[in-house]
Amino acid sequence: MERTTLDLWVGIFVVAGIAALGFLAFKVGNLGTYNVSQTYEVQAYFANIGGLKQEASVKSAGVLVGRVKSISLDTQRYEAKVTMSIDKRYEFDRDTYAKILTSGLLGEQYIGLDPGGGSEMLKNGETIKNTQSAVVLEDLIGKVINMLAEGSSKPKAANGKASGE
Amino acid sequence: MPVKKSIVGLGHRTVNTVWRLGFAARFFALTLMYSGTSFRRFGLTIREMFFSGVLSLIIIVVAGMFVGMVLGFQGYETLKRYGSESALGSLVALSLVRELGPVLAALLFASRAGSAMTAEIGLMKATEQIDAMELMAVNPIARVIAPRFWSGVISMPLLSCIFSFMGVFGGYVVGVVAIGVDEGSFWSQMQSAVDFQHDIMNGLIKSFVFGVAVTVISLFEGFDAPPTAEGVSGATTRTVVESSLAILMLDFILTAFMFRGD
Repeated sequence: MERTTLDLWVGIFVVAGIAALGFLAFKVGNLGTYNVSQTYEVQAYFANIGGLKQEASVKSAGVLVGRVKSISLDTQRYEAKVTMSIDKRYEFDRDTYAKILTSGLLGEQYIGLDPGGGSEMLKNGETIKNTQSAVVLEDLIGKVINMLAEGSSKPKAANGKASGE
Repeated sequence: MPVKKSIVGLGHRTVNTVWRLGFAARFFALTLMYSGTSFRRFGLTIREMFFSGVLSLIIIVVAGMFVGMVLGFQGYETLKRYGSESALGSLVALSLVRELGPVLAALLFASRAGSAMTAEIGLMKATEQIDAMELMAVNPIARVIAPRFWSGVISMPLLSCIFSFMGVFGGYVVGVVAIGVDEGSFWSQMQSAVDFQHDIMNGLIKSFVFGVAVTVISLFEGFDAPPTAEGVSGATTRTVVESSLAILMLDFILTAFMFRGD
């Protein structure tokens, strides 16, 4: 085969390969959305983080504002210490409320930030004081069972009637 | 004595295996040592890239498309049970980028291009072209082996990217166009699930390692083949078997290091 046609085909091949990599990086991967902007770090203590993982998103009003950087157990308080890195463009006041929420019924867990009304803003390395732990399904079921046990005298008759039919 | 005979046979086979491994390692080292020519005269490498890369393109594109479409159907069937059809995009993309892209592209590459390399070099040896080169003071490793090695090493990651791209496209065609999964959640869930460094770069590293393994095995088998018709055919078979096993084993080792589950 002639040399130029061969070079042309190899050129097309290399361009196609690099274009595919670009597509994977920007359209499939998060290189397009995850801009490495400047961040600051804040901590929060939670009694229970449920299934929160590293790199989970931190959202405020549904907008992605940062990511969970690290999770560790503070052995002095026996609470989970979650470090978040938050985009410098978004500032939150000291009364901000941090909740661990779940996207959808069985989705991933993320941290939701609800701004308070304070005037002083959180700075790098500071701690969010108002937190709400993750909802653990087992605890929830336990509560429901307790509630049922407390009011069991009335529904029992109804149950017996229903099963008798 | 039959016992002594079988022990001698076992020892003979063990020594032969170790010898062959040693030859293969020396062959690999020599290939790297004489690689200068394949970059100084890059035309040689480009020529080989045409035969190993461009000619593998069609099988890679078609196979990637079909694998992606099957993933779309099967993933949808399973995810539907949990009511999370919108996660189809991340399922298709993650399985392609992390595993199926590098591994299947390498398996196809081994059977499409690797076997051709072995047969070509085995026949070159059988028709004494390699000896003739040595007589003309041309180093056959620098002139014949190293360009083919580098062409495979360069082509493999590119082919793996094209495979993953076609797979994602196939998953899109089946998931969004045919079944009707929401297009926005298909792409956005995919983007939030696939990490560039953790998933795409690790997949590229995998395909690079597979490229080295497949080309070294096919070139060594060709170079080491007995110069007969039978020898060349046996070497071609061994290339496909050995490289497929090497790909799967290396994939296990690399996956164990990359995705330890923490």
